[in-house]
Amino acid sequence: MKKTVFIGAMTAAATLVAGAASASVLDEVKARGELNCGVSTGVNGFSAPDSAGEWQGFDVAVCRAVAAAVLGDPKKVKFVTTTGQTRFTALSSGEIDMLARNTTWTFSRDTDLKFTFAGVNYYDGQGFMINKSMGVSSVKELDGATVCIQTGTTTELNLADYFKANNMKYEPVPIETNAEAQQQYLAGACDVYTTDASGLAATRATFADPENHILLPEIISKEPLGPLVAHGDDQWADIVRWTMNALVAAEELGITSANIEELSKGTENPEINRMLGSSDDDLGGMIGLEKTWAKQAIMAGGNYGEIFATNIGESTPIGLARGLNALWTQGGLQYAPPFR
Amino acid sequence: MSDTHSNTAAYVRDTMLPQKAPPSSQVGAVRWVRENLFSGPLNTTLTVLGVLAVYYLVANMGPWLRNSIWNANSLSECREILAGASGACWGVIKDRWHQLLFGFYPQDAYWRPVLTFVLMIVAAAPILFEQVPRKLLWFSAIFPGVAFFILWGGSVWFPVFVMMGFVVGYAAYIALQRVSGLVATIGALAVPVIWWVFLAGPIGDLFATIIPIELPHIASDEFGGFMISIIIGVTGIALSLPLGILLALGRQSDMPLVKWICVGFIEFIRGVPLITLLFTASLLLNYFLPPGTSFDIVLRVIIMVTLFAAAYMAEVVRGGFAALPRGQYEAADSLGLDYWKAQRLILLPQALKISIPGIVNTFIGLFKDTTLVVFIGILDPIGLSTAIRADSDWNGLFWELYAFIALCFFIFCYGMSRYSQYLEGKLKTDHR
Amino acid sequence: MAMTSDTPSSSFRLSMLIYDTRYRSITIQIVFLFLITMGFWWLVDNTLVNLAEKGKDIDFSFLGARAGYDINQRLVDYSSDSIHATAWLVGLLNTIVLAVVACISATVIGVIAGVLRLSNNWIVSKLMSIYVEMFRNVPLLLWIIVFFAVLTEVTPAPNAFRGENPTASMLFGDAVAITNRGTYLPAPLFDRSLGQIDIGVAHLSSNYLVILAVIIGSIMGYRALQRRATVVQEATGLRPTTWWKSALILIAPIVVVLMAMGFHLEYATLQGFNFSGGGYIRNSYIAMWLALTFYTGAFIAENVRAGILAISSGQSEAAFALGLRPNRTMNLVILPQALRVIIPPLISQYLNITKNTSLALAVGYMDLRATLGGITLNQTGRELECMMLLMLTYLVLSLMISGAMNIYNNSVKLKER
Repeated sequence: MKKTVFIGAMTAAATLVAGAASASVLDEVKARGELNCGVSTGVNGFSAPDSAGEWQGFDVAVCRAVAAAVLGDPKKVKFVTTTGQTRFTALSSGEIDMLARNTTWTFSRDTDLKFTFAGVNYYDGQGFMINKSMGVSSVKELDGATVCIQTGTTTELNLADYFKANNMKYEPVPIETNAEAQQQYLAGACDVYTTDASGLAATRATFADPENHILLPEIISKEPLGPLVAHGDDQWADIVRWTMNALVAAEELGITSANIEELSKGTENPEINRMLGSSDDDLGGMIGLEKTWAKQAIMAGGNYGEIFATNIGESTPIGLARGLNALWTQGGLQYAPPFR
Repeated sequence: MSDTHSNTAAYVRDTMLPQKAPPSSQVGAVRWVRENLFSGPLNTTLTVLGVLAVYYLVANMGPWLRNSIWNANSLSECREILAGASGACWGVIKDRWHQLLFGFYPQDAYWRPVLTFVLMIVAAAPILFEQVPRKLLWFSAIFPGVAFFILWGGSVWFPVFVMMGFVVGYAAYIALQRVSGLVATIGALAVPVIWWVFLAGPIGDLFATIIPIELPHIASDEFGGFMISIIIGVTGIALSLPLGILLALGRQSDMPLVKWICVGFIEFIRGVPLITLLFTASLLLNYFLPPGTSFDIVLRVIIMVTLFAAAYMAEVVRGGFAALPRGQYEAADSLGLDYWKAQRLILLPQALKISIPGIVNTFIGLFKDTTLVVFIGILDPIGLSTAIRADSDWNGLFWELYAFIALCFFIFCYGMSRYSQYLEGKLKTDHR
Repeated sequence: MAMTSDTPSSSFRLSMLIYDTRYRSITIQIVFLFLITMGFWWLVDNTLVNLAEKGKDIDFSFLGARAGYDINQRLVDYSSDSIHATAWLVGLLNTIVLAVVACISATVIGVIAGVLRLSNNWIVSKLMSIYVEMFRNVPLLLWIIVFFAVLTEVTPAPNAFRGENPTASMLFGDAVAITNRGTYLPAPLFDRSLGQIDIGVAHLSSNYLVILAVIIGSIMGYRALQRRATVVQEATGLRPTTWWKSALILIAPIVVVLMAMGFHLEYATLQGFNFSGGGYIRNSYIAMWLALTFYTGAFIAENVRAGILAISSGQSEAAFALGLRPNRTMNLVILPQALRVIIPPLISQYLNITKNTSLALAVGYMDLRATLGGITLNQTGRELECMMLLMLTYLVLSLMISGAMNIYNNSVKLKER
């Protein structure tokens, strides 16, 4: 009875399908007129739908910037929700063009799983959150504690390694989503909640009594989080990588969404001119994009600093400090190679 | 015989006493309570336990429900209004109900899923209720195309010409039947395929340019909430019915090879959890298809759900066949009908009629099981509840969302199960 | 008839493959097999091409690699240094433990609710109807999450047991502590333990083996005693007094063995962050168990009710006429007959429980799906191999259950001649 919908949709799908193996991702995205971007099903401040159904957040802003650079419109993104388990398959099967989902850059993911990390948009580390009343001031005092962990991440491996190295015992409570883990932690079902420090801060910000919870000083791992693409299409990897770099460089050069129109008319600084496409150099053409690609990317949500401030910065409920993610000129690690 | 009783006895009553009212313990509410609640020690204990359980629930839930807050834009606002008291913060439902029902479907197009839902009820009516005129079955037949057009949008000609494939196939069957039955069957299968693959697309495009009738296209990633549950559930059941019938026939077949392949398929699907099939849809289906094919996750889920439901449907239909009296098979044989004619004209209609309650129950089960798609990142109601809780405004709140989702599922499933009970009662012919 | 037997094989024509009923079924089967094989080969071929394109292969050697993650509930020795295959076994055992316990409790709940739903007591029958409808019409996944949330929110945290004026206290004289992490119970301990037997993947405690052997021996002794008493009764008409002998045979050996091994209970005490010592059942397990029990119990209740209603009312009328009281009628007349109707759907409910344990990841219970199909799959990126193993394991489990239950079903089936 319903067969026709099935076959109809099948044919529709078949016509939409482009040979993933042959055509480049860029051509596919342009032909489709839409960027398929994998995001998580919901992490406060990084990706979550608002009441109008618009996706908001730090990871989402990366997708929008890439869409703006490639298609000229930050709205032309199809957000594909992925779980910790389905994200890599979705990327390697070509279902999504890029993944911007709090994913840690590791050796095996880069090599064995065959992905290319386009850079780091957030330098993070695994931290621990605990109730003040427990009187714990260091992770070393956590022997025998019950620890809530989000599964499907590098977190559980780091935790196992750290506690083993320090010869401590613990009771892992694996939880699928951040919301569940938060509920468990608040009810006291686990003593400690461990995940990326940014996630902890974001979670703590929504508590009724954030002042009663502390983040322990130890950061037990390096978690460079960034967008990634599949192996095999260097041009596409370049586009994502240099879109990110453009956002960082824009902050460094003082290009903001407020003054970008004015600056793009031409300035004294040749690098700004090259980036915004107001000089003769056609940087966009070198990666198969329009001349004003970087301008479009920056206009999507502002430069890196603006994106950070609107989504997770100190003025938001999440209230993260820039820390490692400040520009290199201000003692952080965010550093864009020159646009030349 | 004159020596009657009245003459021998000293006193005889000659008027009837007025009827007395039964003792107070044997009338009205008291009798009912005695008979139904306190008829013995066991019964009394059960009653007391039952009342205690109800009281406990009310005492615990009461204040929370009484302090319900509807007008709040975030959990912190709720907490401020409540000032420490326990109370439900229904503001989240007020703020997000449309997402729980429709996902990210464009708000100005909500009339489309609603209209489709109403049409679905109209299309299902002639199948579910005998009183409805048979002519409506025509609408049921074209409903899939209509629903596809309304929900996904795009040009009206595309679903029209896909539906035309069936007409073309039927025409081919009639035309070729003069040549031979076998050729007609092959033709009826091959012609529509040729039509769909080569002709439907271009002709559809042609008509779309000449007479453009279209709705704005809405991609399936914008579907979500209960809408996606209903779409997956209804499509899965509708598609699995023909497949399930074929599997049931195969399982009953005299041909050992056909029989064992069908049995193997059914037992395999019934032996593994649905979630592994969904993971297959999400992780592996792309491996199984030609390189470069990659289609919509919703469609992939529908394929796997259809296979899943087909195995269960096959068992339900097999039950229907088993319930038919042996004489029906023999009567069909004695009329000289061949296998397919006997099935089509005599056995299937009866078997399907008996199976309807089972089919409805399979549907309820499947509809509830659609919640598992949350594990592969599709935003069904439960997935959306996670996404909503990830928003700073509503972080830390869960009972209200769970209660709302549970209530919606309950209304839908309970309605269906009442229908299936009504049907069972009607089909039950033994009088006891 | 004569025609068919006389037809010489030389006059075989090709069209007979289609029009002759003797050959047609063979033709159809061959075509069918051909199509199925082609379809299957198509899938396999696609898979191989796709794998080659992604530079992957099918390789199960990851099962021997270090797993690197910890599992909280483990019935065999496991640590983060163990291999993925051991993690698979741990998950499988967790699945089985959950499924078996949930099957038993769901049956108990289901039978009680099914019988009570037919009770004359208005309140009880209505409450049972509400229970059945509530659980049948709301998805299991939601129930699992709700039970977990209830356990987390309603029960006290271990912290509440601490301090001078604890807000929560242990039950049964400091024996049981119900917390929102789980329930702590006394654990049996042996002063003079008999050591352990290593059977490769796991260590079996010889203490429990000895106790099991003693219990089985006692029961066999008891049955021998009963048999002898019956023989004596049949020979003499008098049954010898056996109650003190049977009590002795049943109780004395086990008491002696337990005392010899220095059996005592270890109570859980609050130390550091958690209770330590004693036995510990995690809330993830309890939530899964409760949800599966009550959800499936509601379905079993409906099966039981249908089974009871299927017994002709003449049966209960006959039993009443014989003077049997209602509960005796139920136990002796109705339920034994209803059992034959109830068992086939019960089998499929048991299968459902086993398959539904795969939702355990929603509350972080480390079952088969969460270890092999979850973290292992995720860390190794071997989705094809992991999913194949996962499906195969569930399939074997299901086939074993339905096989065992079918044997039982055949044994209680009405023997018709």
